[in-house]
Amino acid sequence: MRRIISVLLENEPGALSRVVGLFSQRNYNIETLTVAPTEDETLSRLTVTTTGSDKVIEQITKQLNKLIEVVKLVDLTEGAHIERELMLVKLKATGSQRAEIKRTVDIFRGQIVDVTSSVYTVQLAGDSDKLDGFIQAVGTSGVLEVVRSGVSGIARGEKVLSL
Amino acid sequence: MELLSGADMLIRSLQDEGIEYIYGYPGGAALHIYDALFRQDKVKHILVRHEQAAVHMADGYARATGKPGTVLVTSGPGATNTITGIATAFMDSIPMVVLCGQVASTLIGEDAFQETDMMGVSRPVVKHNLSVRHPEEIPEIIRKAYYIAATGRPGPVVVDIPKDMTTPNERYEYAYPKKVKLRSYNPAIRGHAGQIKKAVDMMLAAKRPVIYAGGGVILGKASDQLTELVRMLGYPITNTIMGIGCYPASDKQHLGWLGMHGTYEANMAMHHSDLILCVGARFDDRVTNATEKFCPGARIIHIDIDPASISKTVDADVPIVGPVDAVLKEMLALVKEAKEKPDADAIASWWKQIDEWRAFHGMRYETSPDVIKPQEVIEMLCRLTNGEAFVTSDVGQHQMFAAQYYKFDKPNRWINSGGLGTMGFGLPAAMGVKLTHPDDEVLCITGEGSIQMNIQELSTCKQYNLPVKIINLNNQALGMVKQWQDMNYESRHAESYMESLPDFIKLAEAYGHKGVRIEKKEDLETKLKEVLAMKDDLVFVDIYVDRFEHVYPMQVARGSMKDMWLSKTERV
Ligand SMILES: Cc1ncc(C[n+]2csc(CCOP(=O)(O)OP(=O)(O)O)c2C)c(N)n1
Ligand SMILES: [Mg+2]
Repeated sequence: MRRIISVLLENEPGALSRVVGLFSQRNYNIETLTVAPTEDETLSRLTVTTTGSDKVIEQITKQLNKLIEVVKLVDLTEGAHIERELMLVKLKATGSQRAEIKRTVDIFRGQIVDVTSSVYTVQLAGDSDKLDGFIQAVGTSGVLEVVRSGVSGIARGEKVLSL
Repeated sequence: MELLSGADMLIRSLQDEGIEYIYGYPGGAALHIYDALFRQDKVKHILVRHEQAAVHMADGYARATGKPGTVLVTSGPGATNTITGIATAFMDSIPMVVLCGQVASTLIGEDAFQETDMMGVSRPVVKHNLSVRHPEEIPEIIRKAYYIAATGRPGPVVVDIPKDMTTPNERYEYAYPKKVKLRSYNPAIRGHAGQIKKAVDMMLAAKRPVIYAGGGVILGKASDQLTELVRMLGYPITNTIMGIGCYPASDKQHLGWLGMHGTYEANMAMHHSDLILCVGARFDDRVTNATEKFCPGARIIHIDIDPASISKTVDADVPIVGPVDAVLKEMLALVKEAKEKPDADAIASWWKQIDEWRAFHGMRYETSPDVIKPQEVIEMLCRLTNGEAFVTSDVGQHQMFAAQYYKFDKPNRWINSGGLGTMGFGLPAAMGVKLTHPDDEVLCITGEGSIQMNIQELSTCKQYNLPVKIINLNNQALGMVKQWQDMNYESRHAESYMESLPDFIKLAEAYGHKGVRIEKKEDLETKLKEVLAMKDDLVFVDIYVDRFEHVYPMQVARGSMKDMWLSKTERV
């Protein structure tokens, strides 16, 4: 099962390498990983998406919690949550393709953020499935380059992950 | 407030932490620190001959005393030489702090002379590591390092100290912090009351219970509570090789240890039990054999300070996260006041069954009129030392024989590398014990393979007068490897035979010690007695034992707990 684990981490050098190291050391998957400082500059927020059986996920959360620099964590997939990923895509865009792409971008509520005579650069945000869906819709043959940010997530409603 | 250099602050912090000994080896990046050590006499430094040995020495000290050990080394090769020792301590959850010199912070990343990224290299084998970025932080970092190493599930902590953090002429205000608080590290201080109650109810209702105790009982200093609880219930107890001594081995309720080379009765009792109370153990693969066949009829209560140890390999029905001593104390109180009592009939017939298993095998082995059996050497040593010696071991058949045939009634006396299985551990560990227990008998039971992995420490023993007794069960082979080759590779002994062994007697003498060789069975007892009477000497006892002996019982690979070889020909 795919899970989104959100972690509050001490914003210290080496802390991130401990988290990443743990995943490879214990043979856990990392699908995406995002990390950035929070409004409290002593803390970073890290989101990792991973897959595994319930037993593996339980171990991942326990082992993460054991890292001294992990302050708090939550498995967002245990409750209602919002998941977003940002994608920038460069697409071949000439002739009739241009209008076609524009339409698809509108359907997916993306934006064309840069234009040349033969290339569109498209920005798209959403859950990972939506981004996959867009690539499928435009067809991989026209795709020149893809950059994805990895997943960020937050719980729905009043639940917050803070100190 | 006093003004001290970083190096002086470091040593003062160690003093204020109450550190008696540090084990180490100097070098460029650590020289400011060594100079600060030289200018004081509270903390004693023991100069080893190889940094790995410094770590094992600190480890032996920690296992025997229950206090964290301390190591000091230089950067680069000094630091990397400690890794095997650190990994050994990590696997067995031994508290220690390893202080490593590092090149100056201004040089880090430039591939400077003797620069190694020790933070990176050590990361997978430490509980935590800390790097000094400002000299003023040193007292707090040292306080944190010991706090993290010794609390919760203990483990090694590395502190990386760039040389410019210890510059002599830059001074800072020194104060040793009284308390540490880490918002992200709060080990449990008691177990969940509801879970404990549930566990006690299950224990009192059990018909075929077994207590399965591990090294956590010793680390958590809970042997007394465990012994009281087990006696009160009258249930059988087995322990892991790391838990040896947590309950008196000579007691009738003790089944010996369990797992790959555990006793027949312990493994049988586990397999047939209806309830397992696991205390401070971690269902290691050397204990469980194939987990899918593990104890099919048992419900499991698991007490551990580390939540990640619970349901890692074998699912627990009742997990209890907390320090073992506190949890056992609560259990004791509940058992005392409970109206229900253990089912006397069920427990009696359970014991009847266990006693039959016990009688069936009873750790028998074949003796021979002329060849010395390794098992009988250990039995004799146990008798001659009244089972009271501190025994360290290396890794191999001799380790298993020592653990099987020496009966430990007290904790902290059996000292071995159970988790990592590090050959070369025994001698330095024995030195760490002897240093703080000069009046106790300290035996290092080893093999001719293992002892050569840290033999250079005979020199350290001379310098600090550490009269340990080295008992070399010399089977002229990497015996444990050979046993596996006999059993799984049709006796193709690929590289398990040690040709050109040194003359260990002359070697010991060259280092200024005594050596005794025992080749004849009729000499064994007299010579061992003579050796044990040589109180002030380190004696290297080179005993020629049966070259073909195997360790039994041995669980059949990928089987259940109850599938065992009992000798070269008997399989149950
Ligand atoms: C550092 C290290 N290298 C290799 C091994 C693998 N190993 C386990 S037991 C053993 C043989 C040990 O031989 P010896 O010390 O003579 O003990 P014996 O089994 O003969 O009693 C070896 C090579 C190990 N445990 N540790
Ligand atoms: Mg040998």
